[in-house]
Amino acid sequence: METMNFALVGVGGQGVLLASDILAEVGVQAGFDVKKSEVHGMAQRGGSVLSQVRWGDKVYAPLVGKGEVDFLVSFELLEGLRWLELLKKGGIAIVNDQRLPPLAVSSGGMEYPSQERIDKALSQASKEYHIVPALAKAQELGTERATNVVLLGALSNHLDVAEEHWLKVVEERVPKKYVELNRKAFAAGREL
Amino acid sequence: MKVLLSGNEAVARGAYESGVAFASAYPGTPSTEILENIVQYDEIYAEWSPNEKVALDAAIGAAYAGKRALAAMKHVGLNVAAEALFYSSHTGFDGGLVIVSADDPGMHSSQNEQDNRHYAKFAKVPMLEPTDSQEAKDFVGLGLEISEKFDTPVLLRLSTRICHSSALVELGERKAIEDDRKPFARNPAKYSMIPGFARRRHPVMEQRLKDLAEYAETFPCNNVEWGDRSLGVVANGVSYQYAREVFPDASFLRLGMSWPLPGELIGDFASKVDKVVVVEELDPFLEEHLKMMGIEVAAGKDFFPILDEFNPGIVRDAAHEAGLVDETVEVQKIDVGELPPRPPVLCAGCPHRPVYYMLKKYGLVVDSDIGCYALAVLPPIATTDTLGCMGASIGVAHGINKAGVEERAVATIGDSTLWHAGMPGLLNVVYNKSNTVTIILDNLTTAMTGHQPHPSTGRTLKGEETVKGDFEALAQAMGYQEVRTVDPLNLKDLEEALKASLDSNEPAVVVTRSPCIFLYDERPALHYVDLERCNACGRCFEIGCPAVIRSDEIHAKSGKAKAEINSILCFGCAVCEQVCARNAIHMVEE
Repeated sequence: METMNFALVGVGGQGVLLASDILAEVGVQAGFDVKKSEVHGMAQRGGSVLSQVRWGDKVYAPLVGKGEVDFLVSFELLEGLRWLELLKKGGIAIVNDQRLPPLAVSSGGMEYPSQERIDKALSQASKEYHIVPALAKAQELGTERATNVVLLGALSNHLDVAEEHWLKVVEERVPKKYVELNRKAFAAGREL
Repeated sequence: MKVLLSGNEAVARGAYESGVAFASAYPGTPSTEILENIVQYDEIYAEWSPNEKVALDAAIGAAYAGKRALAAMKHVGLNVAAEALFYSSHTGFDGGLVIVSADDPGMHSSQNEQDNRHYAKFAKVPMLEPTDSQEAKDFVGLGLEISEKFDTPVLLRLSTRICHSSALVELGERKAIEDDRKPFARNPAKYSMIPGFARRRHPVMEQRLKDLAEYAETFPCNNVEWGDRSLGVVANGVSYQYAREVFPDASFLRLGMSWPLPGELIGDFASKVDKVVVVEELDPFLEEHLKMMGIEVAAGKDFFPILDEFNPGIVRDAAHEAGLVDETVEVQKIDVGELPPRPPVLCAGCPHRPVYYMLKKYGLVVDSDIGCYALAVLPPIATTDTLGCMGASIGVAHGINKAGVEERAVATIGDSTLWHAGMPGLLNVVYNKSNTVTIILDNLTTAMTGHQPHPSTGRTLKGEETVKGDFEALAQAMGYQEVRTVDPLNLKDLEEALKASLDSNEPAVVVTRSPCIFLYDERPALHYVDLERCNACGRCFEIGCPAVIRSDEIHAKSGKAKAEINSILCFGCAVCEQVCARNAIHMVEE
């Protein structure tokens, strides 16, 4: 199999790293060689976060450069634009319909990109992109913390991996009392 | 069994499996998780030491005592520990010692991107460099064996992309180590480096390097992978993985031991390929060695950048530029326009923020240090003039004040950083009598690296209760007459303490003590803006809090946006309430 490259991006605190842990482990369950790369440290303080996951028969590098990502999963609209260059021609973007204005917008003078600009950029970069209400779905289930699992559900529709692998890993990775909620979040994501 | 482990988790596992009994470190990105993972193994004594020098001294002591030991640090930590590295290179040990140096090419969370391979050559010790998590684990054990066989410390060099990348690792069992307490093998001629003894050790070190160079020739992880012989790639660490992707058909010489280098193996490889290229992050360490051997390097640092970390795209573009590969990856041209940046910021409610707000107001020269408060360099706070390394703030402020400038220079330094490297500078101010005010930002934790305990938290890495170091008593013992403690979230008290300290014109210490917001179980309060009263003066924006944002409501007279408080981000510190001149900001009553 051609190596499959994922980039998960968002804002510190949104659950990007947990989602990439789950995605990496699902790759292992499905029998792939897997590598994952992320940067800790300053990213925790509300900064932009990027995590990369690769599945393949044999994976060398733990990350790829611009133009090499098959699936860009963005937890936030602006961050989706910020990392769009990673997407390969023909790659798929899945973007959570959530705006988190950075300080430069909320108390500085800069503008958050307009919906029109977001749509235009996404349509230029990708022949298939999905802006999905993952946050709203998670909130319907009772907690925005499940947004990451909703997004994984949406991503799973594009991947040829049995649902049971996903659910098994989700169960292992989330606290016991939230397992049922996250199963529902994953199912909600698959319907998006 | 194979499991996904990050490089740091793998090093911890390697320490466990290879019978390490003692592990020490000071937290520092990207190395922090090594000790955080080692702590799970009851068989290993593990500690956060106050700094890397102490961590290494302690690990050396454990190795003198015959135990297998590991000390871990980020690349600049090895600068702090360098003196210990050099004497330990002279002495060797009874037990094995591996020193982990986690380098940070790209400076994700560091003040420089120094290449610590130079330390191996400098201190005349061997260095191993894993290419993935499996090797990160295995090289701990291999390093300990080399350490014991050649009576030397061994440097294990990781990089951010090894530390923080995960890959599949085969787990093993812990090596059985006999745990009998033996008498300390006294040997002053070996372990006490007075000149007379050190002179006898130096030739031993030189011979050791020769022996190690011979060993390097057959070291299993200095390995050749034959492919198309028109191109031979020499690579190390994670660069090897990137090069593997870019040159799938080439022949490879992977150097898992980057010092000393295997001359015969390198020469033989070079002679059997048409063209040699060297792919290594940061400095031309391998390249210079090859050139010194008389090997022609077709592409090295003239194509593969000396700056920043690599990724497959960067290596591919450089290889294309050098004419080594025909194609590059097409990067789509997308017009996203100018995007607002999202740098990390001090959290809403952070007790460091009001200190800088006040320092800005006074127009002081601010010499700062390493910690979350380094974020005060950048807008919106932008109240830091110098920032060098752990502990630099106090010495620099002292020098500026002694040199004489119109403004006063003050030092700001965090609690963990003060214990790490601030004490001698603090002593210097009072001993040599400058009017420097040192502000100890005590948030009761090592916040930036993820809230590790330190010598005044009352807890050890293993979670045991212990003594709490006392900054005020420390300053008094040093001879300070002007010592004040204040809650920085109370602006009036903070201002009074700063003013009194500055006015005294004496060496002074102000401890601003308030817990990091991550130490609270729940936020103490939540605030809101009374839009009727707000006149859009903008004073609350000057604090630079991410929770204080511009609302959609415009003040009619000034045409400016009134303030609003983001109820998700607000932590209830009430600093905005105190700066508001219109009494428009209030606590939400539950």
